[in-house]
Amino acid sequence: MKEFITFIQQLINGLSLGSVYALMALGYTMVYGIAKMLNFAHGDIIMVGAYTVSIVCSIAGFSPMAAVLASIVVCTALGVTIEKIAYKPLRNASPLAVLITAIGVSYFLQSVALLIFGSKARKVQSVLNLESVKIGGVDLSGVALVIIFITILIMILLTLFIKCTKVGKAMLAVSEDRGAAQLMGINVNATISMTFAIGSALAAIAGVLFVSSYGYVDPYTGALPGIKTFVAAVIGGIGSIPGAMFGGIVLGIIESLSKAYISTDLADAIVFGVLIVVLLFKPAGMLGKKKITKV
Amino acid sequence: MLKVKDLNVFYGAIHALKGISFEVNQGEIVSLIGANGAGKTTTLHSVSGLIKSSSGLVEFMGKNITNMTADKIVKVGLGHIPEGRRVFQNLTVHENLELGAFAVKDKNFIKNEYDKIMTLFPRLKERRKQLAGTLSGGEQQMLAMGRALMSNPKMLLLDEPSMGLAPIIVKSIFDIIKACNDEGMTILLVEQNAKMALSISDRAYVLETGKISMEGNASELLNDENVKKAYLGG
Ligand SMILES: Nc1ncnc2c1ncn2[C@@H]1O[C@H](COP(=O)(O)OP(=O)(O)O)[C@@H](O)[C@H]1O
Ligand SMILES: [Mg+2]
Repeated sequence: MKEFITFIQQLINGLSLGSVYALMALGYTMVYGIAKMLNFAHGDIIMVGAYTVSIVCSIAGFSPMAAVLASIVVCTALGVTIEKIAYKPLRNASPLAVLITAIGVSYFLQSVALLIFGSKARKVQSVLNLESVKIGGVDLSGVALVIIFITILIMILLTLFIKCTKVGKAMLAVSEDRGAAQLMGINVNATISMTFAIGSALAAIAGVLFVSSYGYVDPYTGALPGIKTFVAAVIGGIGSIPGAMFGGIVLGIIESLSKAYISTDLADAIVFGVLIVVLLFKPAGMLGKKKITKV
Repeated sequence: MLKVKDLNVFYGAIHALKGISFEVNQGEIVSLIGANGAGKTTTLHSVSGLIKSSSGLVEFMGKNITNMTADKIVKVGLGHIPEGRRVFQNLTVHENLELGAFAVKDKNFIKNEYDKIMTLFPRLKERRKQLAGTLSGGEQQMLAMGRALMSNPKMLLLDEPSMGLAPIIVKSIFDIIKACNDEGMTILLVEQNAKMALSISDRAYVLETGKISMEGNASELLNDENVKKAYLGG
């Protein structure tokens, strides 16, 4: 019984970590699907979001909620600006040039953070302070449950947004055929910009949730989660929104359970191992689109 | 209605259009015929803004649209039904048609156009909840046409509507093209099926490796010995 309770607790932790990965993976996958590029600077947006929370919280009189809002605003603006300055001029360039630029942007953000804040980790106040709750005799982390709840809510809203609004449908159209989308009167640049805005806002929320359980931020905070969520997006099938949700959650659960039952040191290796296995058997990812072609 | 002057287009070092000029008048069907690789698709793409020309002038209803982006050109009333249909395969027929009216704000207008298209293409009505990728080639062509008509354009660019379709379906597609024209739609038609295209056109231009080599009334070209040899199968 005790083991079962531990397992449930670990599963909930995994779900909560996975939710955070899923929120980040959504940004990765949407940008890939619509702008056809891998935005390797996506992880570093989290770092910027975490610094924003830390700074705003340290100014007297601001509530954690205000810090979260500030973080969303800063990250959204940053994401859109990066796209305008660094990626938009490369719209018709080779994918390799875009990829290298994205890696460059990632290092740039890390270096700027290093320049401003130094390499020493900075404390981040937890924005979620909750007691654990007892459900069916099992003590569960209140923070973990809230994170899962927030993520589910965001996913529902995002799905409705894409399915039911004009902007959402424009995103689907651009992701499938950019030229044909233009012939519908869709402004491709505006649509891509919007995608970066949404992806970065989700990354900001993910970042706040992520560091509020860590408690610290340094210039490299976004690097490893960035790579892991890229893995999550690929496992789910890059470009697919349900795929990113699925991949993120699976990744979080695997990581949590590996840490609990196998080895903390090996957890990351196992995560990347899963990626390799998935790609061997399903190169398009678990929920990746099978291409329908018919003439 | 549409005036193209001295249009030049390059793909890197390839000089795909070498200073072509042509005109389409209001109410006409004009076809642009030529062998594979002659530059027909390139011509339509540079008129509708999908690719940038390096020099030349494109004028639509008296307005210079040469350097406008494709999404703006649609809004001045020039629709383009691209080669290979390019319907959104993962969206339903209904959603594809909705996207066709993306630039239109007036809900009543959209409803009206939608109903018209459902009458014009009963097949699409039956399949409106189906994913476009599951339609047959002919149905996809109809969808591509319906989608372009949703914004009620003043002129249509049509790129190889007959491509890959059975003769009986080609016939019904051409009947619809003719019917649209009878209702006043101006059409620039690109076809490899030159006989079929000329049979419904008022005038035509022959494109040969990026240059216009011949032009005239469709009926004259149909009887021209050179055209017959090169494009009408002898
Ligand atoms: N995207 C492209 N990149 C490079 N060359 C192209 C491209 N598209 C077309 N071409 C070349 O331009 C010429 C004209 O092509 P196209 O306009 O597609 O001809 P058509 O529609 O008459 O068959 C061809 O030689 C073709 O190889
Ligand atoms: Mg062509």
